[in-house]
Amino acid sequence: MGRQLTLSIFRYNPNIPGDQPRMQDYKLEEHEGMTLFVALNKIREEQDPSLMFDFVCRAAICGSCAMMINGRPRLACKTMTRTLPSRFTVMPLPVFKLIGDLSVDTGTWFRNLQIRTEAWIHTNKKFDPNELEVRMDNKVAEAIYEPERCIECGCCVAACVTANIREDFLGATGINRVARFMLDPRDERSDAEYFEVVGNEDGAFGCVGIMACADICPMEIPLQQNLAYVRRKMAKAGLKLDLKGFKVS
Amino acid sequence: MSAKHTHICDVLVIGAGLAAERSAIECAQAGLNVIILSLVPPRRSHSTAAQGGMQASLGNCAMGLGDNPQIHFEDTVKGSDWGCDQEVAKMFCETVPIMIRQLDYWGVPWNRVVAGKKKLPDGREIEDLKEKEGLITARDFGGVAKWRCCYTSDGTGHTVQFVVDTVVCKLGIPVHDRMEAIALIHDGETCYGAVARCLRTGDLNVYLAKSTIIATGGAGRIYAASTNAVINEGTGLAIALDTGVVPLGNMEAIQFHPTGMPPTFILMTEGARGDGGYLLDKNLHRFMPDYEPKKKELASRDVVSRRMIQHIRAGYGVSSKYAPQHLWLDIRHLGRKWVWTNLREIANIAMNFNGLDPAKDLIPVIPTQHYTMGGVRTNKDGYAYGLKGLFAIGEAACWDLHGFNRLGGNSLAETVTAGFLVGMQVAKYTLGATQKFDYKLVEDFVKKEEERIKNLISGKYGKENVFEIKSAMQQVMMDHVHIFRTGPSLEQGVAKLQELYRRSLKIGLRSSGKGANPELAAAIRMPGMLRVALCVAYGALMRTESRGSHFREDYPKRDDANWLKRTLAYWKEGADLPTLDYEPVACPYMPPGDRGYGEATAGAKGSK
Repeated sequence: MGRQLTLSIFRYNPNIPGDQPRMQDYKLEEHEGMTLFVALNKIREEQDPSLMFDFVCRAAICGSCAMMINGRPRLACKTMTRTLPSRFTVMPLPVFKLIGDLSVDTGTWFRNLQIRTEAWIHTNKKFDPNELEVRMDNKVAEAIYEPERCIECGCCVAACVTANIREDFLGATGINRVARFMLDPRDERSDAEYFEVVGNEDGAFGCVGIMACADICPMEIPLQQNLAYVRRKMAKAGLKLDLKGFKVS
Repeated sequence: MSAKHTHICDVLVIGAGLAAERSAIECAQAGLNVIILSLVPPRRSHSTAAQGGMQASLGNCAMGLGDNPQIHFEDTVKGSDWGCDQEVAKMFCETVPIMIRQLDYWGVPWNRVVAGKKKLPDGREIEDLKEKEGLITARDFGGVAKWRCCYTSDGTGHTVQFVVDTVVCKLGIPVHDRMEAIALIHDGETCYGAVARCLRTGDLNVYLAKSTIIATGGAGRIYAASTNAVINEGTGLAIALDTGVVPLGNMEAIQFHPTGMPPTFILMTEGARGDGGYLLDKNLHRFMPDYEPKKKELASRDVVSRRMIQHIRAGYGVSSKYAPQHLWLDIRHLGRKWVWTNLREIANIAMNFNGLDPAKDLIPVIPTQHYTMGGVRTNKDGYAYGLKGLFAIGEAACWDLHGFNRLGGNSLAETVTAGFLVGMQVAKYTLGATQKFDYKLVEDFVKKEEERIKNLISGKYGKENVFEIKSAMQQVMMDHVHIFRTGPSLEQGVAKLQELYRRSLKIGLRSSGKGANPELAAAIRMPGMLRVALCVAYGALMRTESRGSHFREDYPKRDDANWLKRTLAYWKEGADLPTLDYEPVACPYMPPGDRGYGEATAGAKGSK
């Protein structure tokens, strides 16, 4: 016999008029190797079919199942119940708009982030289908892949003090995304152009240095280092722009 | 109109994975107004889970020198066990190198050639040339003559999807995520778009378009154990089948991947074997060379999967806490640095889900449902059979690049290549099409869906439990329509599925069904999933031969005289079985022959 688990789960369906946010307890028996993915599905299938939550890959690759598990933002699919006490709370991520129960709207938030940071390769070169690819050092390719590994789960945003109080803050994920393009030699943006995107309070300079993002990133991306990299570049760019008497918008 | 929102566009793309987004880009660049619908944000699509890579005959790495589209084509046809459309395969193999380079231009950080001498895990020495340094490199994969699988560590799907999505953002193509298409709007001749249910609010929406593309991926979740994401429930296939006039092609061709990791059945990439990993049995004996002396672990997936089950049946399976019967994947000899750089994603998965460190531990593996070769049958330009203005691409389509067995690395490559090639055809068709709608027809489709939802909520149909039916269906597919199939077992399976199908028409909700209610979403999908499952099972029962992944123990030989043909499954209104039809498979470039691996070559019991 496994432990008897009690999951105290946040419930609220904003599409039902008069529905009130509340915590609801569910009990189930733990089994060997149980993850929160298994537990939540069992609850939905056997106890409460209206329970809303999100999973896609169930393998910690897609980033859809981030939620607050006993107060910490984590991926539910790879959270083993044995790492938790027999009674614990499950809540939706803060910052993102609530869809219902544990489900939040990360799609709109992240799409907006891509557009604000213009997170695509900026180049004046035209693609020529008859030409070979431009050569690149394998070390550079591997360096780009490091920040590229972000799965946009939103854990870092949920854990971020600034993002929780300032709606427009890009968060560690946004700054990491910018770092990814700064590292890429195919992107021809100058530091001054990047400065317009992230050299401000909503970007690289809005972070107050608590570094919860780096502590909780499920992909273990060095968010702190990437922020430092972007800040250094932006500080230099800012200085240069200042010296030239250039006005930054 | 009673639907809350109506959206009008030139091209409606259902799905937001790689095939979907790549085709949307092509249409948007032609100046068309495109809307993408998706169950989830694009970057959560199952395409991002693809680890291994994309096959393209660039010929840059040492073991890929001299490669060209013709060799890739021959590998693909052999891999398909002569079940594929050879014209499609040819077009694909010629186009995919350009796709890889375009993805590079868009920002994919492909791994590159590093010049110098290297020793492979099997002792062979190779040398990457100075003149190729910095070009895109490739790794080995199953069933291929050359190393041609281009990759970014083992996160290829992730990097490619993210980069393609950047182009979608840049072009400003709207993505309506959490929006599920639940019925196609058509008059039996032309498709006019779809009725969709918003998974944020539960509201019905209408999408009217000149062209509709189905790109919803596979249907792996009709099986209990699948490497697929939990959203891969085959709804795109189901809504096409529901029209009654669009057939699904070759649904019996289901791929089982040799290395799913129990108990979660998450995929361990074929790149693990491509990079030199072995399979071991309970005695830690490397058994694959006994069965497949030439290709060993790198025969095609259908062959390796069967050999593994054959070996387990012979009494060599491992019994452990992971599963009652499984085998081991051994990548320890590749070294910690290689494992935690080039195979890091699977190392993480093994660590997270089983607490294993593959640099020092063996990984439990068992063949697991992985890929749906069949799908909405299209011609070589991606036009769905049966309805004008309807197209299909990617895993949801039977464009028929893969025939009865897909080679690893050909699916991710197919998504972008078909997205490009078919996307051009869609653009061409759409630019010449006029938009006209019969509002009465649209209204009728909306009313029908509203009625269905109302009755599910009120319990008018009955009180059947959707989750019980789903789990029973998944078990039937495991028990009767798996790697090894026989007539009597398939007959039982079909009968059980028919019974479940009848029950699925009597589902009633236990919850209110209000808002983004997940029980309602499952209930709406359930009969369609069963229709798709019946196409698989019934197609398998009727195909009395073995070809690629479809293996009949009572008909163990490939039968080109009678079965060089493609199954077309239609669903007529009120039926509880598909109607099967067949069309010939032409072999204009490569007549049927020996694959060079597998049972036909090595003998049914292997050379042991």
